[in-house]
Amino acid sequence: MKSFHLTASVLAFAAASALPAMARDQIQITGSSTVLPYATIVAEAFGENFEFPTPVVEGGGSGAGRKKLCEGVGETTVDIANSSSRISQSDIDLCAQNGVNEIMEVRFGYDGIVFASDVNGPEFALTPTDLYNAVAETVLKDGALVANPHAQWAEFNSALPAQDILVLSPGTKHGTREVFDQKVIIQGCEDSGAMAAFTASGMDEDATEAACMKLRTDGRNVDIDGDYTETLARLDTNKNAIGVFGLSFYQNNTDKLRVATMGGVVPSAESVASGEYPVSRPLYFYVKKAHIGVIPGLKEYIEFFVSDDMAGPDGPLAEYGLVSDPELAATQEAVAAETPMGPLQ
Amino acid sequence: MTDLSAAAPALPAPRQKPSLLAPSARMRRRNAAEARFRLYGLAAIALALATLAIMLFTILRDGVSSFTQASLSFPVELSAETLDPKGNRNPAELSKVTTIGYGKVLTAALLAEVERRGIATDLSDKDISALISKDAPGTLRAQVLADPTLIGTTIDATVFAAGRIDGFLKGRVTLESAERDSNISPEQLRLAQQLVDAGMLTSAFNWSFLTNPDASDQRPEAAGLGVAILGSLYMMVLVLILCVPVGIAASIYLEEFAPKNRWTDAIEVNISNLAAVPSIVFGILGLAIFINFAGLPQSSSVVGALVLSLMTLPTIIIATRAAIRAVPPSIRDAALGVGASKMQTVFHHVLPLAMPGILTGTILGLASALGETAPLLLIGMVAFVDNYPSLPPEGILDPATALPVQVYSWASRSDPAFIERSNGAIIVLLVFLVVMNVAAILLRRRFERRW
Repeated sequence: MKSFHLTASVLAFAAASALPAMARDQIQITGSSTVLPYATIVAEAFGENFEFPTPVVEGGGSGAGRKKLCEGVGETTVDIANSSSRISQSDIDLCAQNGVNEIMEVRFGYDGIVFASDVNGPEFALTPTDLYNAVAETVLKDGALVANPHAQWAEFNSALPAQDILVLSPGTKHGTREVFDQKVIIQGCEDSGAMAAFTASGMDEDATEAACMKLRTDGRNVDIDGDYTETLARLDTNKNAIGVFGLSFYQNNTDKLRVATMGGVVPSAESVASGEYPVSRPLYFYVKKAHIGVIPGLKEYIEFFVSDDMAGPDGPLAEYGLVSDPELAATQEAVAAETPMGPLQ
Repeated sequence: MTDLSAAAPALPAPRQKPSLLAPSARMRRRNAAEARFRLYGLAAIALALATLAIMLFTILRDGVSSFTQASLSFPVELSAETLDPKGNRNPAELSKVTTIGYGKVLTAALLAEVERRGIATDLSDKDISALISKDAPGTLRAQVLADPTLIGTTIDATVFAAGRIDGFLKGRVTLESAERDSNISPEQLRLAQQLVDAGMLTSAFNWSFLTNPDASDQRPEAAGLGVAILGSLYMMVLVLILCVPVGIAASIYLEEFAPKNRWTDAIEVNISNLAAVPSIVFGILGLAIFINFAGLPQSSSVVGALVLSLMTLPTIIIATRAAIRAVPPSIRDAALGVGASKMQTVFHHVLPLAMPGILTGTILGLASALGETAPLLLIGMVAFVDNYPSLPPEGILDPATALPVQVYSWASRSDPAFIERSNGAIIVLLVFLVVMNVAAILLRRRFERRW
């Protein structure tokens, strides 16, 4: 027992004395859980091919990641924040307040958002209007705004199957939700004429947008706050449901999911890259410029991330479901020159 | 008068004497109530056991297969021309050849071997090379860089098969599911079957599941628990070192020396309250104090251990105090009576007798700390960590993960093969917990004394 105590105190002392000498030698990355799989693929390949240790990659969400990036400069703060939506002015202000003045913005590709149902169910050919009619709280029916009465898809579009409506939407804390709202719901609101009706009823622009984005709460639209695996599990128990997934997730589970076309376009890497498939978003990561040259390997990592070997159209990221950025060469130049981002337009 | 007879008082019914042989109605009711109560109890236990059985069954059904792994074996010619074009075996030059280069070497070797064995297939070279795990080039590169004399020779390489092929051997991937799967085709599975028949593709016990670090989404076959087990081990040892002396000292003082007054009462209430605080709160505290204020590195096992210690200390103090209180006062009186000092009484008599209870409480506290994820989420330990932490003491500052963290992060990945890994990790975690609980029971049995 005595020797045990001795060892304990020696260990504790050694730990304490080691503290001042520490210097972080691995890159710390945090942020979006959509970008997380891509970042781990790059981190792993980076660790294999370079002398530097493999970066540590965390998930947790785009917004939380950017906040962590803006906590300050120093070894206890993160180096890179992954993000599936663009940085906001409030983040930049927070950064500036904490002394993080120069941030590099790197857009490395696009992510498609797909709607998919059980593989054994019927085909769905959707448009934003259909989805708006299915999940919005207030819809335009026979020229009047009414609380959403639709129970089946065929009720508002005879081309769709007579199947009970159940949509598993991304929860509000998801980056995916923003794209879903902007590219599908608002678009559908406009296309179906509901937006014009809202405005005609005397609402200003903000109120109209808010009214459009209100989703029904009678159980036919369910917000999923977990990740895509949870949506997949829900879809498994309820074969009537339509779930919202990332393109890469769908491509890894094509044996279980049947993808819906959007406006007649089948989602694929090609149709997202060409802009033909409408529901997509750019993926970014933000680098704290003050850490370049301090944290070993940081510059090499970001250069490796945007290299053709990784983010190019034939690279592992594209293989995993990322849509390569057509302007990758410009990004590579900006990264090589360590250009910090300018003010948001 | 006719009503005279009617008015005659009827004989009172003979009062029933309670009989031991014929139970009264009241007795029957009481017996029935007791029988019902026993049934409720049995039903409750049956329900609990059924839940446990279903849980264990699903975990074992989905997870046991992660302990076997399909591997491909074939000779690989490490030609000097591709791997060391300058021929000077200079490590800096050698490391210029990336895993992409090694991937080509492996692909060529597999194609050559398939042809040599006369296995007919009309798949493209790319589809054939997709049978090899994406982890293989990195492993081969590390092997060659560690031993450059291998260049120019032909080695017998055994590399992981890709996740879908592994799933095929385990029955998770079938020819029907491959029809719809964009990552694998039925032809590739047929080729895999031919390779099995030729003895090139075999399944064996998967030690790498216990030793490998985590792997990215593209390589479920290479993902292992190595870093998580090390991280959990470091944290448990540190928690033990931090909690046991502090916890026991605090308990002894509070139980044997402290005066009974308002202050000690307040401390006592607070310790009980702390034991009931949700663990995520300790995570927030840890982030604020240990990382932001003290400047300890993120994701490191030392911060994890400090946070878990805060969480475990109240449990250990409560258990230790209960154990000390259970030592009969006569022992103390006798010791004091023969002239021992208060401290001698405590350390020579009370503490040894309380030891089994203290040990049990400590081990159970550790077991609950081992299964904790929530506080680790906030201090950056729920992360992708690919490098093993180095040996202690420096290693406790290196990034690491923990076993429950690995369960959580694998469960949320898109490739179905990670669901199997996640269940496998649960099995490993459960084995650790059972071992710790059995140790607690054995220690109590071994040292317990009754009066």
